[in-house]
Amino acid sequence: MIAWGTLAVFVLCMGALLAVGAWAMRWRPGNMDQLEDWGLAGRQFGALLLGLIVAGDIYTAYTYIAVPAYLYGAGAIGLFAVPYTIVANLIMFIVMPRLWSLFRQGGHITSADFVRARFGSRPLALCMALTGIAATIPYIALQMYGLEICLAQMGLHPEVFLILFFAVFAVYTYISGLRVAALLAVVKDGLIAVMIVTGFLYLMATLGGMQSIFHAAALRLPSHSVLLAPAQFPTYVTLAIGSLLALFLYPHALTGVLSAKDAAAVERGALLMPVFSFLLLLLSLFGFAALAAGVHPGALFGVNYGANLAIPALLARVFPPWFTGFAFAAIGIGALVPASIMSIAAANLFARNIYREFFRPNLAPDEEAAAAKLASLVVKVGALAFVLAAQDTGVIQYVINFQLLGGVWILQTLPAVLLGLYTTWFHRWALLAGWGVSMALGTWMFFSQHPFSTSYPLVFAGHTYTVYAALLALLVNLALAAALTPLCRRLRTPAVSPASVPAEAPIPVPVGAAE
Amino acid sequence: MRIAPKYWYLVFLIPCVALLLPPFFNNDNPALAGMPFFYWYQLVWLLVTAALMVGIVLLRRRGRGAV
Repeated sequence: MIAWGTLAVFVLCMGALLAVGAWAMRWRPGNMDQLEDWGLAGRQFGALLLGLIVAGDIYTAYTYIAVPAYLYGAGAIGLFAVPYTIVANLIMFIVMPRLWSLFRQGGHITSADFVRARFGSRPLALCMALTGIAATIPYIALQMYGLEICLAQMGLHPEVFLILFFAVFAVYTYISGLRVAALLAVVKDGLIAVMIVTGFLYLMATLGGMQSIFHAAALRLPSHSVLLAPAQFPTYVTLAIGSLLALFLYPHALTGVLSAKDAAAVERGALLMPVFSFLLLLLSLFGFAALAAGVHPGALFGVNYGANLAIPALLARVFPPWFTGFAFAAIGIGALVPASIMSIAAANLFARNIYREFFRPNLAPDEEAAAAKLASLVVKVGALAFVLAAQDTGVIQYVINFQLLGGVWILQTLPAVLLGLYTTWFHRWALLAGWGVSMALGTWMFFSQHPFSTSYPLVFAGHTYTVYAALLALLVNLALAAALTPLCRRLRTPAVSPASVPAEAPIPVPVGAAE
Repeated sequence: MRIAPKYWYLVFLIPCVALLLPPFFNNDNPALAGMPFFYWYQLVWLLVTAALMVGIVLLRRRGRGAV
């Protein structure tokens, strides 16, 4: 059954946004045949705009759909996202300005560029690029899933319309790269903020205030509590730490940060982030409001969306249709914008660190940009296949696992990328070994669970601790890299200084940025 | 006593530790406006962390102005 009122407002809002996007193509124009212009919007954004872009980029369907759904289904454990983003803001504040400076200095646009120059290792750079792409695909899939369930809730055939929306957005991305995504990210921040704040106040008013929402949630949760069970402490803490360390390793987060005009803009932009952490906290409580409102999400169009449908179902049930349509448009654009930036970031990695590096070393800048544009389409199709395959096999219990799986992989680039900002002590072979072992281990831990899960039951001294696989794998990664570094040094006869750019193929500083 | 600006960031260890030790705040009481302690405690640290970030930027700007 199609909800016509909701649908009309949704279509109106989406149409307006796409019109803004069309206008954005002419906003601060650049040379779309340069990867730095297409893929980083020409590194031109000041503090305020940068803060809004990064927020529009890292607050995704993960925030709007997956986190509240996790609270709806599993209670307080889902709130790990709040300490995660609070501390992640500090990483943007403290570490990212340094990253911006080092990347600018070397003319790097991806983490693989940086690693290649910093450690003088092509294989290590390739591993970083592959990890970035692999981690991005489930994250884009999560965005698609978020949009899909909103469409299904409105009574539209989810798969058909999902493909339609993504096709439109893919064309936008193809033509004008990060520019459209950046401008829409700012618009999106506004829509989402309005939706969350008014939605929250409305829920408070209709569901009898905070106290009765928490009370009803506690009654209906399987654990009958809105607090953590002591056994969940290690899970809560490791999920928060693993996620916060992973956030600014994601290619799309780096792309957002690197579009700043200087390092100070990154630092000042970080001052805006707590606002979005606050919105995330409000929105996570929508999960409890869904419990209090007695929402029972289930199957639509023959697909069982389970708890993941909690927020769309709540919006459709409790709010007037026009607000629901507006909220779905906000969530929809909130999924499409990050998906677009993610596909740009993955495409940058492919074009520069795989295609040019290994297949076409003499690639002209315009050919490189063309390869990236094409890759951005391929990545989107890959993510679409991922989400359709995952839901056909019925393995999606909590869609948050998509993002958490990406986190398991991307976190393994931490020793080379984040620690690499501060030290070149690690030997590149040791980094490579640590990366390889931890990737295999993290992936195995995910697939060894039934249903697949990134929470791994670690048995230690007779106790079982359920912890986030990403962090466990990272510890193995770091231990291995640290232990093998002295060994590799001894094995290797006078080495090329790891900090130097290898002489045989220097990375050219991209042109076109300075104009 | 003056603390060199690069050590100012150490102040952020406080919210990190405070937020990542759930046994100390996993309580219903005291509730605030119907919100269990577990939830508003994290909100308070969100605000404190934001204030610290702004404080550092302002302090550094003032330090630069004085030179």
